[in-house]
Amino acid sequence: MTSIIETQDLNLWYGKHHALMNINIAIPENQITALIGPSGCGKSTFLRTLNRMNDLIEDVRIDGKVLLKGEDINDMDVNVLRSRVGMVFQKANPFPMSVYDNIAYGPRILGIHKKKELDKIVEKSLKQAAIWNECKDRLKTSALGMSGGQQQRLCIARALAVKPEVLLLDESTSALDPVSTSKIEDLLLELKKKYTIIMVTHNMQQAARIADKTAFFLLGELIEYGDTEQIFSHPTDKRTEEYITGRFG
Amino acid sequence: MSDIAVTTDLVYEAKEKISAKRRAKGAVLRGFIYFSAALTTVLLAVILGYIFYRGVPYVTWNLLSTQPSLLADNIGILPNILNTLYMVVISLVFALPVGVGTAIYLNEYASNKKFVRAIELATETLSGIPSIIYGLAGMLIFVEALQMKTSILAGALTLAVMTLPIIIRTTQEALKTVPDSYREGALALGSGRWHMIRTVVLPCAMDGIVTGIILSVGRIVGESAALLYTAGLANEILTPLKAIAPGNPGSTLTVSLYFYAKERGQFDVAFAIAVILLLITFMINISAKLVARKLKR
Repeated sequence: MTSIIETQDLNLWYGKHHALMNINIAIPENQITALIGPSGCGKSTFLRTLNRMNDLIEDVRIDGKVLLKGEDINDMDVNVLRSRVGMVFQKANPFPMSVYDNIAYGPRILGIHKKKELDKIVEKSLKQAAIWNECKDRLKTSALGMSGGQQQRLCIARALAVKPEVLLLDESTSALDPVSTSKIEDLLLELKKKYTIIMVTHNMQQAARIADKTAFFLLGELIEYGDTEQIFSHPTDKRTEEYITGRFG
Repeated sequence: MSDIAVTTDLVYEAKEKISAKRRAKGAVLRGFIYFSAALTTVLLAVILGYIFYRGVPYVTWNLLSTQPSLLADNIGILPNILNTLYMVVISLVFALPVGVGTAIYLNEYASNKKFVRAIELATETLSGIPSIIYGLAGMLIFVEALQMKTSILAGALTLAVMTLPIIIRTTQEALKTVPDSYREGALALGSGRWHMIRTVVLPCAMDGIVTGIILSVGRIVGESAALLYTAGLANEILTPLKAIAPGNPGSTLTVSLYFYAKERGQFDVAFAIAVILLLITFMINISAKLVARKLKR
């Protein structure tokens, strides 16, 4: 299996706090990789280094390499990188504009302005995110009027509209009800055929249900990384076992 | 009677007492709030009513469409109406881009928090300074040092400096209310910083920016002290081209109101001007809101 993202001796400091320590990981293409671990273990921080969202935070120092298809992401134009590595956040954050304009936002950045092309992209993205039927009649109304679950799927559609190679999800179902969560899980299983998905989750069942690979983080270290089945049935590290059996965290 | 019964009785009594007390307190407070609201409304209504009662009979077509002439014994305020509009437009042309730009810089780009706080303190202080001091500074800088003489341009630049803090502060407050999740969302889609500001942040902040504009227009239209030194008392009709050239003085409605009431004792004209001022302010406010609604879409 080819890996799409690889990190080499990745270290990150927030001021003096050493938040990520020597992370070496190879994330396979067209699979779902779940990052688990207790709060503050660095999994979200790690996720945000992959599309350089940490650049926005002051006083962050990063050491080591992140490779996207073998290319160092620090050598890329950051805006291009972010259109190749899309992100969906914990809380749905549709822009206060119409459904259509939300989806067209990314393509417009890339210079696509013809109505016909945009129409096609909007429809396709919404279909891919399994929300087309719910909003095809209200494309021109504000996205803020949708339910929380719909908004989150809209955000996934918005990310898909720029055809990213990797999709990062930062606890993107943690604020949703079970029905919306399961819709998004089904969607992710469908999407992994075309995209690589890396998701941070606090929900162990969710990782077990849909992830192919699971990585366990603790206090800034990558403790264990492997096939989800193996991590959940025969963890090699004692700390992983304690965490997934619920003894701490 | 058991102990528990006694205690509960006490509790019930206490509750009744306290709720009666709260009701009384609530009634007093509510009365006070209603009274305040009513007083404000009545005051405003009386002032407006009085101005219209005194002014409207003297708002004639002749007053609105001519310039004053001592020879013909005519009083007209057309030059002053035009000067007021020139003043508003020219001041905002300078103050708006600079003010909004500064606010964007402070809120979106500046990373040195101490520097930002220092500028915030400075703008707050500047917005509290009496306008006559701006007039003095404007006279020294624009009228004399930059040799614009007493002119609409010098007055407008003085007022631009004066309204800058208002625009900066209101825009900055508006930018602060835009959730960071919007910014993150846009950047995560590959948007550059300026594109993100232009397409997501500014539209969200438009209400606040328009509030800043309306407040500024209010100050420009209502200003007299700062203009006495800088824009002069002339009552000639100026073309827009002349208005933006240095050396052409002109008085706005407010300045002429002061002049008619104080120097010539013609209160009828002063009240008529007041009516016009009210209408102009009202129209500018409404149109600013309409423009904002258009821009938001």
